[in-house]
Amino acid sequence: MNPSSAFQLSDVSKVYTNGTVALKNLDLTVNEGQFVSLLGPSGCGKSTVLRMVAGLGKMSAGTIYWGGSSQRRLAYVFQEAALMPWATVQENVRLPLKLAGMSKAAADTAVAEAIALVELTGFEHSYPRELSGGMKMRVSIARALVTKPEVLLMDEPFGALDEMTRSRLNSDLLHLWQQKQWTVVFVTHNIYEAVYLSNRVVVMAARPGRVVADVAIAAPYPRTEEFRTTPLFNNYCREISGCLAHASGQLLLRPDAEAKAGDVINQIA
Amino acid sequence: MTNLFSDLANSANLEKSISPSSAWRQLWLRPLLSPDVLAPGAVGLLLLLFWEIGVRVTNMPPYLLPGPLLVFQTLVSEWGTLFPSMLITLKITLVAFIAAVVSGLLISILFTQSKWIERSFFPYAVILQTTPIVAIAPLIILWVRQAVPGESSTFVSLVICAWLVAFFPILSNTTLGLNSADHNLINLFQLYRASRWQTLRYLRLPSAMPYFLGGLRISGGLALIGAVVAEFVAGTGGTSSGIAYQILMSSFNLQIPRMFAALLMTTALGVAIFVALTVFSDLMLRNWHESAVKREN
Ligand SMILES: Nc1ncnc2c1ncn2[C@@H]1O[C@H](COP(=O)(O)OP(=O)(O)OP(=O)(O)O)[C@@H](O)[C@H]1O
Ligand SMILES: [Mg+2]
Repeated sequence: MNPSSAFQLSDVSKVYTNGTVALKNLDLTVNEGQFVSLLGPSGCGKSTVLRMVAGLGKMSAGTIYWGGSSQRRLAYVFQEAALMPWATVQENVRLPLKLAGMSKAAADTAVAEAIALVELTGFEHSYPRELSGGMKMRVSIARALVTKPEVLLMDEPFGALDEMTRSRLNSDLLHLWQQKQWTVVFVTHNIYEAVYLSNRVVVMAARPGRVVADVAIAAPYPRTEEFRTTPLFNNYCREISGCLAHASGQLLLRPDAEAKAGDVINQIA
Repeated sequence: MTNLFSDLANSANLEKSISPSSAWRQLWLRPLLSPDVLAPGAVGLLLLLFWEIGVRVTNMPPYLLPGPLLVFQTLVSEWGTLFPSMLITLKITLVAFIAAVVSGLLISILFTQSKWIERSFFPYAVILQTTPIVAIAPLIILWVRQAVPGESSTFVSLVICAWLVAFFPILSNTTLGLNSADHNLINLFQLYRASRWQTLRYLRLPSAMPYFLGGLRISGGLALIGAVVAEFVAGTGGTSSGIAYQILMSSFNLQIPRMFAALLMTTALGVAIFVALTVFSDLMLRNWHESAVKREN
């Protein structure tokens, strides 16, 4: 095993108890400090990969090797915000520290910091029902960051956000990642987001879930907003959307297919 | 009903932010003037009026159907004998209810700690619940008399009967609640290596709260019913006899207005228990649960 790898999934398969083959013979190595995005059609097993990495549920076959980091220094932002409805924002964010046995006073600074990071200062005492969908997701991100993790698993964390907030949180996340040297595995449906953020974009296909493409994004960090307008960025996006279309088994992204789709829409209108 | 009680709970909240005198107005006047009180109140008054008029017009003898006025007069004149009886029934109900809450909560926690315990013992809880209390009350009274001779024997056996009836809703509701914590949150607790105790304390118990409180409301009424039914079966005389005994005696002696008065007291007690538990439950859940929160949309 490569010494610089954070973890390595080797020949992993996952069959759920109802018989769904979510993953089949999947190999994935993520190096320490790497930012890897998982991209793929809905139901292809992206969340399942994260669950296996986090040790939630048994793998049906295969192994995971841990390198320098450990599974203990891992944080997970779930696809749903998964907040405790009976607890305030502050109490929700403090939960991981409380479970680790840290006193309230000792946790307070870290909690305030994490809340400030996702720009929810002022909402500490609100209950989840008083927050919008995007705000709940930010609380969930703050809860993940509060433990100062080494490995960060994020399952479509910005899916519920508007374009403006999403791109702001993208650059914040990138900034933090460079600063803290996390290893990040980031699930998204958004090709632009994946290319903008990642060292590597891993494209998956469904039934059974497997890796079909692994594209290295060779652009230097820090990446600014201008990067989004460069030809390099566009080339990567085109390449990956090609892979994705292939993985989905649909060729909707071909120009003639798009024209057809346009015709249908015109007819309906 | 629920609206009225959440009104009560909400106005209790408002109290902090406004001046004392208007706070009292908020607390009492607003819920009393709400349609949730006015509408059923008006219906009740109308019914009583028709009843009184009907009894007077048809010259109905009071040993068949007394008018509401007569019942009320009897209630006042017999208060001295009826009220102590009601207190005895209330005491049986409360002790049985508290026993049901504590035992139901503890056993449901035990059930969720091991699937095997739940599998092995839950059917017996169901059997206990489905056996009619009237049928086993004589047995219980007989056995308890052997074990606990003397004055407190009846009290203990009545409490056991009422407990048997009140116990199951708490057990089944809380078990359901403890098992219905959000699976993502369970994963999160697992991820941060929470202990069994932490998961119970910070996740399962709060998740079970709405279910437990629902069980509480059902079980409060059932405890009273259990106590009354068991009193009927026991039928003891002497100084320490409950409200059911008074109903029974009044019907034997054809003191029908007195029987109505005792019935009225029992019903009022049942409603009071329900109202108290509903207000309690809304106060507990007011910050987060859909059943107690007023949504803007
Ligand atoms: N708990 C489960 N029990 C049974 N099948 C499951 C379970 N969780 C997921 N699956 C199945 O496994 C497959 C992969 O699911 P997964 O949640 O990993 O997809 P995903 O790529 O994250 O999809 P999405 O982008 O929609 O979130 C799906 O076909 C799904 O039906
Ligand atoms: Mg998913």
